[in-house]
Amino acid sequence: MIDISGVSYAIGKAQILKDVSLHIPCGQITALIGPNGAGKSTLLNLMSGQEPLQTGTVSVDALHIGQTRPRDLALKMAVVAQHVGVASRLRVRDLISFGRWPHNQGRPTAADHTMIAQALDRFDLNALADRFLDEVSGGQRQRAFVAMAYAQDTDWLLLDEPLNNLDLRHASRLMAELHRLAREQDKSIVIVLHDLNYAVAWADHVVAMKNGALAFEGATQKVTNAENLSALYDTDVRLVQTEDEVFVAHHR
Amino acid sequence: MLRTRPYLLTGLALLILSGVSIFIGVGQLSLGTVWHDPAALQLLWISRIPRTLAALLVGSSIAVAGVIMQLLVRNRFVEPGTTGTSEAAMLGLLAVTILAPGWPIMAKMIVAACASLIGIAGFFALIRKLPPDQPLMIPLVGLIYGGILGAAATFIAFQADLIQYLGVWMSGEFSGVLAGRYELLWLAGGLAVLAYLAADQFTVAGLGQKASLSLGLRYGQVLTLGVVTVALVSSLVIVTVGILPFIGLVVPNIVSRLMGDNLRQTLPVVAGMGAGFVLLSDIIGRVARYPYEIPAGTVFGVLGAVVFLWLLLRKPHA
Amino acid sequence: MPDRWFLILLGALVAASALFLTWGLSTRIWFILELRLVKLAGLITVGIAVGIATMLFQTLSGNRILTPAIMGFDALFLLVQTSLVFFIGGFGFVQLPGPVVFGINTAVMMVAAVTLFGALLHNNRRDIQLMILVGVIFGLLFRSLTSFMQRLIDPSEFAIVQGTMFAQFGGINRVELLTSVCLLLPLLVWIWRQCPVLDTMALGRDPARSLGVPYDGLQFRLLCAIAALVSIATALVGPITFLGLLVSSLTYSLMRSHRHALLLPTSAAMAALILVFGQTVFEQVLDLQSTLSIVIEFAGGLLFLFLLARGKLQ
Repeated sequence: MIDISGVSYAIGKAQILKDVSLHIPCGQITALIGPNGAGKSTLLNLMSGQEPLQTGTVSVDALHIGQTRPRDLALKMAVVAQHVGVASRLRVRDLISFGRWPHNQGRPTAADHTMIAQALDRFDLNALADRFLDEVSGGQRQRAFVAMAYAQDTDWLLLDEPLNNLDLRHASRLMAELHRLAREQDKSIVIVLHDLNYAVAWADHVVAMKNGALAFEGATQKVTNAENLSALYDTDVRLVQTEDEVFVAHHR
Repeated sequence: MLRTRPYLLTGLALLILSGVSIFIGVGQLSLGTVWHDPAALQLLWISRIPRTLAALLVGSSIAVAGVIMQLLVRNRFVEPGTTGTSEAAMLGLLAVTILAPGWPIMAKMIVAACASLIGIAGFFALIRKLPPDQPLMIPLVGLIYGGILGAAATFIAFQADLIQYLGVWMSGEFSGVLAGRYELLWLAGGLAVLAYLAADQFTVAGLGQKASLSLGLRYGQVLTLGVVTVALVSSLVIVTVGILPFIGLVVPNIVSRLMGDNLRQTLPVVAGMGAGFVLLSDIIGRVARYPYEIPAGTVFGVLGAVVFLWLLLRKPHA
Repeated sequence: MPDRWFLILLGALVAASALFLTWGLSTRIWFILELRLVKLAGLITVGIAVGIATMLFQTLSGNRILTPAIMGFDALFLLVQTSLVFFIGGFGFVQLPGPVVFGINTAVMMVAAVTLFGALLHNNRRDIQLMILVGVIFGLLFRSLTSFMQRLIDPSEFAIVQGTMFAQFGGINRVELLTSVCLLLPLLVWIWRQCPVLDTMALGRDPARSLGVPYDGLQFRLLCAIAALVSIATALVGPITFLGLLVSSLTYSLMRSHRHALLLPTSAAMAALILVFGQTVFEQVLDLQSTLSIVIEFAGGLLFLFLLARGKLQ
């Protein structure tokens, strides 16, 4: 469980987060949703220790963010950042193999190689394995970074808008893969999502943020209703129920 | 396997260049005589071999410093010479030459290294404000920052009547290298080896602070290690032979083009190619205007600038 | 309708010139006055040349960071000069009359500048950062080539020409000054008449062309003019990298106008003022020799970084 309590965050005079407290459950997919500038990415960065906490505390299972050795934290959770610009020329396979770095510190074992091969497989990257990162498309690079986090093989996986740049097929595949990880390997996943349809379709738990504060949270079926979502985005949002799926309609 | 080819080629080129370097120069030396002519043997041990070694050590360590800097700044176009690092070291050296001329060379070198550390810190502070979507702004700021430090150094040297010293530090050359006068460079070589041991850390750091934190890398530590290495290498080189511009820029860029940036694989090639280029420049400098010598730094200034312009301007292929 | 700031600058320039001529004047008045007049004329000529060349170049390249000096024009001039010595030999070089040397230098410089920078401006004008970096590297290349060729020249021959090749603020050569002024005056007249069309060129190549401006032809002629102006300045006092940048950013911040009829005279007056005032302070008040260019490098560089930190250079 990730336990966030009393977290506030300011950049200069701008208050990004205001006293946020919440629990994120284990073994599930938790979607972080909300309008632009709500503080989703900041919250994710604070959870993962990528930005230092200003006030409040965050703990992941038993580890307190800010007091844990970087390596121990890296064995506990993997993070995929939103903008994955890389200046260095690495091959896709090399990048993914760095996901094993927290485990082997640069001396790969047979188990590491298996894991890397698996990551290449799962994220449909075998054909690209020997290409340089700057020679593949934005979406392919994004997948490489997700695969690297996968190879890190941690209890927690935090992803900041991983569906950006992905085509339909790979977006659905990625969500399905995350779902499988949560179900079969009991991984806990936190994911910032913009497309509400993906959140409704795949997330077990939803955390909605607005203006730096928690708007609502809870099990997806309970909290994602037209009323809550409309208020969250200040836009008319309808839920359309088909035979076996729910769609979020807001385009007109 | 195909991937061993770059190592073999680099090694072969270095062997040939070293051979040429040892047997070229004003004093006559040939394979036939050297074994039973004591004068030739002396020339070999006192001048030719140290000179060749110095060029190799300088070239490899500067190229390694360049690639480290590029990964840490995450920009292809930085090196000690485009970030004010060399100029800061020069300022430090100037200060210690004026204030404590009697200090041993090692102490002077350490002062220069400290100054260049401060210089790098200033550079990092400057580029923090730059927008990340304009990568070429970073070397531009670095060049101008270096220009300011250089102007300050020139001004001080002018007032203290030390312009000649400045001239010596500014143009890297190997004609003064003799046994007993270059051994500090082994330290630079040692630092390059040390960097190889930390190759993975530098590669991960090259992915950016966030990605490295997420992989559990102590980013601050690696940054410090890298910066200290760069500062020490630059100062060691300036103290012994003078500034050699562009090596740290051109060589890593070429290697990165060919082999990528996984330092574990590429660092030996970077070091080897840097050594080869410097040695080649020194050889050209020795033969171009025989019996006078042209500084290797000047030769590579021309070679390196042309290669770098080519890197910048050639049409990006699809 | 002269602008207020322009008049103030002009007044300051006159005052600085008077100060420069008369400071500490006690013995051998006429002799010293004559020396100082030559120097003053030289400084003002250089100021005008640098100020106007910079403005023109910034209009052509469509931004306010690039200056001819940053793009390596000065270094190119030194390279041309060194190549001349290299190809005709030191003795031949010394025997040539000053104006001929200057003429050959300027002509070669024009051809080289138009070829190199014309192509660069044509292909990369959208990518300003790339152009800057390429220019800086050009500068480094020219400098390295210059010192490479200097080493290739016979050292004894090189010693002969060294004195005439490297000008400084301290010693402005009268013949060169006269030649420069003769070249500068018609250039200024021509440039002055281009002012209205320069205003439209500042909009950029495509808008200017759609307004009926023969852009490419004019760019070619303007590059020639810039090369000539830089030749004049560099021949007289040697390279000063950041003077142009200092002057243009000060001018833009004072004038807030896009009209070249205002911008060009102001930047010329500004550059002349900086040089004359700086030289007065450094040479006569502080009694420091030949360090003005270094201080201008220092101050200009700091200004550049300051502008950068304030986010003014985008």
